[in-house]
Amino acid sequence: MMTGLRAELIGVAGVLERNLYLTKRYFWWEVAFFVWTVANTLTIVFIAKGIEAGGGTIDVNRVTTSLLIGAVIWAYLGIVFEFLTETVAWERWEGTIEYTFMAPLSRAAHLAGSAAHAVLYGLVRAVLLFAVVALFFDLSMPRADFVTALVVVLVASASFAGIGMMTAVLPLISPEKGAQLGFVVQGMMLVVSGVYYPVDVLPEWMRWISTISPATYALSGSRDAILDGAGLGSMGSELLALAVIGLVSLPIGLALFAAGERYAKRHGKLKRSG
Amino acid sequence: MSQPVPVLNPAVPDPPATLAVDVAGLRKEFRRKAPRGATGPRRRKVDALAGVTFAMTRGETVAILGQNGSGKSTLVRVLSTLLLPDGGSAAVFGHDVRRDARAVRRLVNRVSVEASFFKKMSAVENLSYAARFYGMPPRRTRERIPRILEGVSFPVARRGEPMENLSRGMQQKVALARALLTAPVLLLLDEPTTGLDPRSKLEVQEFIREIRDTHDATILLCTHDLAEAEALADRVGIIDRGLLLQLEPPARLKAGYGVESLEQAFFAATGRVLADDTEDGNDGNDDERDVFA
Repeated sequence: MMTGLRAELIGVAGVLERNLYLTKRYFWWEVAFFVWTVANTLTIVFIAKGIEAGGGTIDVNRVTTSLLIGAVIWAYLGIVFEFLTETVAWERWEGTIEYTFMAPLSRAAHLAGSAAHAVLYGLVRAVLLFAVVALFFDLSMPRADFVTALVVVLVASASFAGIGMMTAVLPLISPEKGAQLGFVVQGMMLVVSGVYYPVDVLPEWMRWISTISPATYALSGSRDAILDGAGLGSMGSELLALAVIGLVSLPIGLALFAAGERYAKRHGKLKRSG
Repeated sequence: MSQPVPVLNPAVPDPPATLAVDVAGLRKEFRRKAPRGATGPRRRKVDALAGVTFAMTRGETVAILGQNGSGKSTLVRVLSTLLLPDGGSAAVFGHDVRRDARAVRRLVNRVSVEASFFKKMSAVENLSYAARFYGMPPRRTRERIPRILEGVSFPVARRGEPMENLSRGMQQKVALARALLTAPVLLLLDEPTTGLDPRSKLEVQEFIREIRDTHDATILLCTHDLAEAEALADRVGIIDRGLLLQLEPPARLKAGYGVESLEQAFFAATGRVLADDTEDGNDGNDDERDVFA
């Protein structure tokens, strides 16, 4: 039992080790991607100043910070989704997928390793992105509780990973279109979760969907913590919602991935690259 | 080849009576889109394995000869748990490939025609993470990887180079090292020398011979190469259109058809020439061949 658990943990470490090697080997890609993300985030965050320059009356500091939080959480979510979807898509591209799937590592441990890497890598990128973009603005965040914001994002990460596992199965059953379908799911979360606007402005049916999106709670919790200094004690409803969504989405994600793997093995979809 | 690489798998079931591979009535079919403009149903059924039955004893080397699309790789994929069979059964050291897939995976490794690696990563990095998936901790890989790479005559100076800088022959040596690193008791070799230059081919064949002679491994070798099959295998099988037509020691196979070479025996069994891959029974459809070639 212990030997089996130890082997699984070594396997999880193996996924992290492999992705660390890849990050090192593709270092300049990482730099280019980061610069692109910074530029993309700036185009969003400057909107607040643009409204003021156009004669609008808004609290520029607050709106800028709010947009920055939205852009950073969105970038983080994108990384978690992308890495989990790449669990299959990247290996298919490199041609290693069959070797990974014929290893005795359980799929849960394999996906846990991918999720752990996605979360660690995503957090480092998110913190750097927040810091670099904030340097462009004279932002004042006197009440910010960054620790609470980090806890909210970490708890939300379980849900993100669960949904990421659901999208990771798509390239498994559709080598040509699967990764793109993952972006569709990600885009839908962007629309309904209040990344750049309050969910109150959405039509009622979209507001309903926003209640089951973990990004909604991650965003509102992070904004409350950073803009208004809300502590962990006042995050009960957000953390509870995130924990429930995480507890539901993780097993569903694993079950869907297992079903997708069976389908791929029945129909010979593991081999094909594309 | 320099020195033998000691590979013993402690997880091997002990009773010598247990068959290493036990395949009975194995079937696998694929449904593929008909070519554009073709008449008839939009999807058609193609039998990749049409009731294959054979067994291998521990330590035996069996070569399977067949054209592209004959079902060789489908057989390898079923035995390595990458494909689910549609019928019949397949077991590795008593473990059913469907019901007990994880136990099978602990016993099996594979080298395929494409030496598939993360191309930006080095040989050592690729071997290192792959070993973790088999539960091997860093302490063991630090000791084993250099020895195994030395065993396949991989130059020390190139161990840290990205795989994409290495020749196909070098990459295939690393693929063999990756397979051996996990100490498999069933080694599935799917055209391991196809596309290699003559020197690399000889080196890889020499290493397979060494594994056969010095390691506790049963080897299933799928190949186009008649000389390779004859030189390395205890028994040679002929597979055609998903059917295993023969499985005999090379001498008996030739004697059975009253011919002098395996090439003639293959022709006598299938009515076709092994090297001629356009007549593979699948109308040259690359999509189908991609799946089960």
